[in-house]
Amino acid sequence: MIQIEYMLIISAVMMCAGIFGFITRRSTLAVLLSIELMLNSADLNFAVFNRMCNFGGNEGYLFSVFAIAIAAAESAVAIAIMINIYRMLKGIQVDKLEKMKG
Amino acid sequence: MNSQNIMFVILAAIIILSSIATVVTKSVIRAATYLLFVLLGTAGMYFLMGYTFLGAVQTMVYAGGIIVLYVFAILLTDGAKGQDTKARIKDASWGFILALVGFLVFLFMLLKQNLFADIATLDAPQEPAKCAATSIDSIGNTLLSSGEGGHLLPFEAVSVLLLACIVAGLLIARKR
Amino acid sequence: MEYTLLILLLPFFSFLFLGICGKWLSHKTAGLVGTSVLGIVTILSYMTAYAYFTAPRGADGTFATLLPYNFEWLPMGNLHFDLGIMLDPISVMMLIVISTVSLMVHIYSFGYMHGERGFQRYYAFLSLFTMSMLGLVVATNIFQMYMFWELVGVSSYLLIGFYFTSPAAIAASKKAFIVTRFADMFFLIGILIYGYFVGTFNFVEAGADGQVVDTMGQICGFDADAAKFIPVALGLMFIGGAGKSAMFPLHIWLPDAMEGPTPVSALIHAATMVVAGVFLIARMMPLLQSFGTIGGHTVLGIVVWVGVFTAFYAAAVACAQSDIKRVLAFSTISQIAFMMVALGVCTELPTGHHHVGSLGYMASMFHLFTHAMFKALLFLGAGCIIHAVHSNEMSAMGGLRKYMPITHITFLIACLAIAGIPPFSGFFSKDEILTACFAYSPFVGWFMTAIAAMTAFYMFRLYYGIFWGTENEELHAHHTPHEAPLVMTLPLIFLAIVTCAAGFIPFGHFVSADGQAYDIHLDWGVAGTSIVIAVCSILLATFIYIRKRQPVADSMAEKFSGLHRWAYKRFYMDEVYQYVTHRIIFARISKPIAWFDRHIIDGFFDFLAWGANALGYNIRGLQSGAVQKYAFVFFLGILALTLLFLLA
Repeated sequence: MIQIEYMLIISAVMMCAGIFGFITRRSTLAVLLSIELMLNSADLNFAVFNRMCNFGGNEGYLFSVFAIAIAAAESAVAIAIMINIYRMLKGIQVDKLEKMKG
Repeated sequence: MNSQNIMFVILAAIIILSSIATVVTKSVIRAATYLLFVLLGTAGMYFLMGYTFLGAVQTMVYAGGIIVLYVFAILLTDGAKGQDTKARIKDASWGFILALVGFLVFLFMLLKQNLFADIATLDAPQEPAKCAATSIDSIGNTLLSSGEGGHLLPFEAVSVLLLACIVAGLLIARKR
Repeated sequence: MEYTLLILLLPFFSFLFLGICGKWLSHKTAGLVGTSVLGIVTILSYMTAYAYFTAPRGADGTFATLLPYNFEWLPMGNLHFDLGIMLDPISVMMLIVISTVSLMVHIYSFGYMHGERGFQRYYAFLSLFTMSMLGLVVATNIFQMYMFWELVGVSSYLLIGFYFTSPAAIAASKKAFIVTRFADMFFLIGILIYGYFVGTFNFVEAGADGQVVDTMGQICGFDADAAKFIPVALGLMFIGGAGKSAMFPLHIWLPDAMEGPTPVSALIHAATMVVAGVFLIARMMPLLQSFGTIGGHTVLGIVVWVGVFTAFYAAAVACAQSDIKRVLAFSTISQIAFMMVALGVCTELPTGHHHVGSLGYMASMFHLFTHAMFKALLFLGAGCIIHAVHSNEMSAMGGLRKYMPITHITFLIACLAIAGIPPFSGFFSKDEILTACFAYSPFVGWFMTAIAAMTAFYMFRLYYGIFWGTENEELHAHHTPHEAPLVMTLPLIFLAIVTCAAGFIPFGHFVSADGQAYDIHLDWGVAGTSIVIAVCSILLATFIYIRKRQPVADSMAEKFSGLHRWAYKRFYMDEVYQYVTHRIIFARISKPIAWFDRHIIDGFFDFLAWGANALGYNIRGLQSGAVQKYAFVFFLGILALTLLFLLA
């Protein structure tokens, strides 16, 4: 018998992989991919919790739809920024992006 | 062991392996490909839960849209030809320890609480009301109604956000 | 009398105008603005005096005290500070003195300061000084007086340091400021004690029906404590007055103040500012007479003895100085001490036989008036001489009477006046002072007479040294001294006329201790003695100094070389101060305090700053700009929070 909470474990694996990727990857695009991974795990959690304990309504369901939309928007802007950085610095390695330093 | 459980195991294996592969592979383009598998697996999970519309959206927007966008970006930059430079072992190990500890904490929490131990399983039959609530026409009504249980406000907020992102994306990426 | 406010406001606006817009004005315009404003002020002062003294006397035979303006400025619980204008005989008299001398100095400076850098600034400062001095004398309360008192100090500081490129001037201005500030500290403490026990700062209160009530003489209803503290307050106020009026031992700043431009010396350090202390004592006179006694000693007694000693000391020093401005400075100290003594001998309340006990009050004010005129004349004359020979030293002068006839004659008149020869004004006022002193005690009377003789001697030593004696051929060979221009001699002539005539003013009708009209009548016993003694000292000075060579003076200086050197060095008072301040105060007290301040207090704050700096330096690494490090810390924080909630 597979309980639905096992999905939460899968989601946790995705999230931790995303964290690991975010911290360790050197390519900015890879970092963005890690972010997508984390977002996806959050979406899955929304759906799972909606399925598990929200019998009357469907807020979790709908917010997972919204989250997907937002993720799409975010990645579009992020990629635009990446391309811009690539034009300026001829590279998108995270190490080079240290101009934020005060 | 019914078919749903078999499906679940397969999808779970795909998701876990692919997501780990996404973050450990050297090539960025490969990482994007593994991410595609993760996203598709997640869509499968949604189908498994009976959230067919959500699964469809996930497939179309994520797998079909965003990943394509990423692949384009990777190809436009040096992501395709250049291998991702190796992270130093020390940094990577710290990240690994953090991720692992986080995962263990999560597991511990889950097992300790034994959340909803006998509330719902995947193969539990869904109530008719629940099925009705997640049908496409009811979702459309809910999204666009402003009355009880309506989600017009977040819907509009997201639409404005999308518009802002279109403008911002154009503005940032245009050639000067 | 509403126009009296203009007397204060006009110089103030002139100061602002010249101070702010001065650099866009030509020298001529700036000088004209300053002088014409002061001319208007002088006219207004004369109008005020005329209106005030021609008004009918009150029922008790006194001139009514007027309060044309008075408003509450700072209410503080029971006490309140007022600002206003008070007219009574002495303040009206001071208005005339200040505006006249100041106008003369303004006109004179046109010639003297011709072409100086900072001409506009000079006139701005003169306006400021005149405003503050006028405000001081018309103050309605002692706190207002203190404010203007400090303004006077500031403008004096600015004017002494006018030649700010000369180190000596800078040092002199700092010295004047610090010494007078030190004295003013006591003044302020005295004011506060006074206000605490008396409950008001006002000299007079506006009564119910427009009457002005004198509050000072009739303070009532304080307890034994207050009776103990009022004399202390008065004594502290006298220290403030002694600082401003250069009484021993706070006189040391005045001779150095001669580093300023000479007209400034005439205005501030001879005629007006230095009499502020005398004015203060005169103003507080009702209190001093009624409440100035503590344990059998009177504050006025202290005033007398400080005055007597200062008069003697300054006269002795003046006999040996060679810098003409220094001689005049010490003669100023000595003459102001005369005024102080005259005030101090006013022991009796001005009721009953007012001629005997409080003659000194009138005498002091009279001498203040005449002295202001002839001392201004002396300084302006000295300015002409310095202008002509470009030196302050007597050795550079001699035989100047041929070259500068007007200066010579006016200077001689002033010397005769200060020596006390009739019919010049100094004779009359000094005679009154001596009479008052004799009435107080014969010893003081004879002592002051002797000092008057010394005055005559050193003034004529100065006179002969400048206008007779050996001509400095070497100096005059390439630069012939010449008479000053008209703009400079005109004030001299005017002041000389005043000096000749002022003695015949029936001064007692205007100013006297009880306000009643009082006829000055000469006590020929005292007057005769002082004339004889003065003439004798003049003859002695003539005998010693008139010839080209001065064998007597040289041999005297040689014989009493120790004494001469002591007098020349001003009895080493500056060195004593130097020793006390540097060796004792600086080395024993200030240095440890400075060490404490620098190492403990500053050290503590330095430590804080260092700590913050080090902390910042060390956590700077966190702000590396590396996003992944931020993310790492962020996730770590989330983990920590999760664990916290989980385990709690």
